[in-house]
Amino acid sequence: MPKVTYELPDGTVHDVDVPCGQSVMDGSVRNNLPGIVAECGGSCSCATCHVFLEAGESFFDEPTDEERELLEFAEGVRPNSRLSCQLIISDGCAAVRVTVPGTNG
Amino acid sequence: MTERVLIIGAGHAGATLAGLLRQAGHPGPIELFGDELDLPYHRPPLSKKFAEGELEQWLRPMEFYQDQDITVRLGDRVVAIDRAERRVHVASGESYDYDHLVLATGARPRPLPVPGADLDGTVSLRTLADARILRKCVAERRRLAIVGGGYIGLEVAAVARANGVEVTVVEREERVLARVASPRLSEILTAHHRARGTRILTGARVVRLSGADGRVRAVVLDDGTEITSDAVLVGIGALPRDELAAAAGLRCDQGIVVDAQARTNDPHILAIGDVTRRPLGTGTLVRLESIPSAAEQARQAVATIMGDVPTAAEVPWFWSDQFDLKLKIAGLVPPLPRTVVRGDPSAGRFALFHHDNGTLIAVESANRAAEFMAGKQFIASGTRIDPARLADDTTPLRDAILH
Repeated sequence: MPKVTYELPDGTVHDVDVPCGQSVMDGSVRNNLPGIVAECGGSCSCATCHVFLEAGESFFDEPTDEERELLEFAEGVRPNSRLSCQLIISDGCAAVRVTVPGTNG
Repeated sequence: MTERVLIIGAGHAGATLAGLLRQAGHPGPIELFGDELDLPYHRPPLSKKFAEGELEQWLRPMEFYQDQDITVRLGDRVVAIDRAERRVHVASGESYDYDHLVLATGARPRPLPVPGADLDGTVSLRTLADARILRKCVAERRRLAIVGGGYIGLEVAAVARANGVEVTVVEREERVLARVASPRLSEILTAHHRARGTRILTGARVVRLSGADGRVRAVVLDDGTEITSDAVLVGIGALPRDELAAAAGLRCDQGIVVDAQARTNDPHILAIGDVTRRPLGTGTLVRLESIPSAAEQARQAVATIMGDVPTAAEVPWFWSDQFDLKLKIAGLVPPLPRTVVRGDPSAGRFALFHHDNGTLIAVESANRAAEFMAGKQFIASGTRIDPARLADDTTPLRDAILH
């Protein structure tokens, strides 16, 4: 099963197995990791699952217009900002790493 | 500290709180009581989805609660709170002690007070069980009447219409969404629904539902109009489930009254979610029914229970999906708003900014997520905007800010 590495707002680092077809958000929620709030449950409606994608960019689709728009005014946005509900894990994923900001509410 | 937390109500607020308490390091027992039989689930899909398998979206998988050492007691109901003994009694006869009790009992659909409202084929929508019945009704019977043009009614109207159902929405007020949206948004959404074949009647008072062989056949209005339908959804608002709190002598006023830290007038009892009336910004008490509000109050309760710094106030917001429109609303729309329109309502991409002399109060957007996110920030920070620049879609949003 692909592993995703989460660096949390408190600086701790967690490696989590995330099944294919699930999102980086799902992996965080399932393990009750702080920082990814995910109020809308993954429907790209709320921007409370904002992460910085540090490694593994090539495994994921480009952000949709909607995701881009949600991120444009998200707090602390950076060039590698993504909504983790839109980062779907697939078979080939390896060494995916995200930093979770402390600003998701 | 091994204080025992009992959470009454396994909806979004209660289940979120249980997870967040463990996340924050609460070491004591956490028990979550729900009177439904299903594990805690996402409610928004109930009015937005239709296909088999899309309705049931669990908030967390079942193993989550085991892993997090959260006891979930489903299908049982708390019937009394003994505040002196700090104990609750459940319908099955057991009782449980608490150090902190959190009431997250939610709301129930307001019943339609007319003859015939109990006919088979008449449903309301709050629970997963309700949604399963509604889907079956709509799938078998091809004409749906919806009493109430609120968000639930319009979302179901959209998804049913998109699946080929004949839909009529009956609204008592002069416009749909009269209590929650601006007149302009009501007008735009009415046009959007009508253009897709939904019949919308406003200023229409339902006097009875008529039926045959115990099944609903028509909605009857006070002017004699009969709307033939095989199924009727009643979506005329919700009432707070505060009876348990009221019976225990907690302060209630159309909801359980709490402060900005989720505290009731009993230091051992908190309340969160749709059931509360709480102070927002100006101090007036409001009862909000939304996921973000439930989540915010869950965070307040965590801070109170853990003795952490109180959380900062958030701008209320919510979302709705209707056909191709992804609506996102931030702030509370004032009764007589001054409104700037940005974008093109007829193309389904727009934002309505409501302001008071340039100070932004609320934004209602459709398929314009950037405007929503910017608006929410501007409201939180009290940012003043230039209405003329904001109305010009070619001017970047940031350039509409007055410094």
